[in-house]
Amino acid sequence: MKKIAILMGAALIGLSSIVTPCFAEKIVMAGSTTVLPIAQKTAEVFMDENPSMDISVRGGGSSVGITALIDGTCDIADSSRPIKEVEIEKAAANGRDPVAHIVALDGIAVVVNKSNPVSKLSKKQVKEIFIGKISDWSQLGGNPGKIVVVSRDTSSGTFEAFGELVMNKEKVVPSALMQASNQAVSQIVSQTPQAIGYVGLGFMSGDLKSIEIDGVMPSKETVLSGKYSVTRPLFMYSNGKPQGATKEYLDFVKSKKGQELVETQGYVGLK
Amino acid sequence: MTYRKAKEKIYKWIFTILAFASLFFLVGIVIVLFKEGTPIFKEVGFLKFILGRHWYPTSNPPDFGIMPLMLGSLWVTLGASMVCVPLGVGSALYLNEIAGFKQRQLLKPVIELLASIPSVVYGFFGLTVVTPFIQKLFGLPTGMTALNASLILGIMATPTVCSISEDALSYVPRSFREASFAVGANRWQTLTQVVIPAAGSGISTGIILGMSRAIGETMTVLMIAGGAAVIPHTFLEPVRPMTAAIAAEMGEAPMGGSHYHALFAIALILFLITFVFNIIAEIISRKFRIKLGLSG
Repeated sequence: MKKIAILMGAALIGLSSIVTPCFAEKIVMAGSTTVLPIAQKTAEVFMDENPSMDISVRGGGSSVGITALIDGTCDIADSSRPIKEVEIEKAAANGRDPVAHIVALDGIAVVVNKSNPVSKLSKKQVKEIFIGKISDWSQLGGNPGKIVVVSRDTSSGTFEAFGELVMNKEKVVPSALMQASNQAVSQIVSQTPQAIGYVGLGFMSGDLKSIEIDGVMPSKETVLSGKYSVTRPLFMYSNGKPQGATKEYLDFVKSKKGQELVETQGYVGLK
Repeated sequence: MTYRKAKEKIYKWIFTILAFASLFFLVGIVIVLFKEGTPIFKEVGFLKFILGRHWYPTSNPPDFGIMPLMLGSLWVTLGASMVCVPLGVGSALYLNEIAGFKQRQLLKPVIELLASIPSVVYGFFGLTVVTPFIQKLFGLPTGMTALNASLILGIMATPTVCSISEDALSYVPRSFREASFAVGANRWQTLTQVVIPAAGSGISTGIILGMSRAIGETMTVLMIAGGAAVIPHTFLEPVRPMTAAIAAEMGEAPMGGSHYHALFAIALILFLITFVFNIIAEIISRKFRIKLGLSG
């Protein structure tokens, strides 16, 4: 009997510790892995400044975030693509009303292995590489060798943006290596001399060489000025017009300070 | 006394519930798979889904053909069995027939330890060590191939094959061997003509369970198989097994859309495949027990 009493006591203490944080203002965020670094950094700083706030941030993917928002299991959905028609319908059926907030811009850099002599391509050439029309580096003035096309998974927000901006919605060659994350793409491209891929500007690193597209190098300046054309907005979705803690946080992300944090993560701020 | 009886009853109920929990979960999973997976068959048609050669789930209009994914799974599973069968059965034979007591004491735990390495660690090892090696060895444009995935999956499935085969070999009654020696057979003849046939169905069970381990493995193939949804013609091409497609795409598939249902349908087919594998293994092992007179 004594043991049971102890167990009950322990369970009560456990329960109360789960319940207590509800008294603090809580925001739950989920969604795109591309937006994740922004969400994490801004949430961290925001919580330091407002100790009564409690923000939890999860990745999972744009659709995971939007689904969670529709189901009411998160307050803010991070997304690297605009919400889809079918999702808006679902949300309406659930009595939810997703409202978009653009929080940053992201350029998609086309990258090759550092040993690759090719450094300039036209948008048309990039497209032809990814649909499989150009398949050897010698066709582009590089060292002869089969081009290894590395792409993001067909359902990722980055793939969708790339598809719209570069591919004109044509299909990626089936032999492309479809990878689940920006990191996986950089890993393969940095390891494979004949590879070409694309990553968000925030994931650019010294192990990769980015390609000039139509004579423009992807950078913060060229993305912001609109010169670099492979650029997309990144979103956070709230349910209805943001209120209370959610509003405060979103205002913070959009503020000058928030946008500076966005820049520290390698993305392009709005101001 | 009544207190004790009540206590006993409570314990009995608790364990009954725990035992039936697995059944409950299994039924729940099957129901969800059917409910979420079958809508795609209405939309695309079962045969077109199974035999379609192109997997472009997000194009407009989308292509939901899982032939390349199924063949991807099949290739890496077959490749893996080419690795895990000789390795697993060979080490089981060595452990049971040749190894001395001390070697057994060392080797058995080591082989079983292979099973406890997390699959992401295997994947990481494959990505950083095996992939560049294969790329250089064959002069390929990329080392992320079916061969690469097969090798790693084969190593991962080895402990399953080995420990079940070893159990099967150890169940072969001593009298079988003694009878064989008594009629003048040597050690090799006894092994190949008496012991292995007697343990054959147990070894087959091990092989089938090892293969179902390989076909269901997700993280490793996601990391090292390359992920290209093409119909593979050689082991030196990248593949996209079914598990990798589900894991990579589920997070981004809009809930309730065709793509979402298609991924559940892949999961359903994968479940049916492993289900059949397990049933075959169960039938074979039951026959084996009857053959040796171990149980009914």
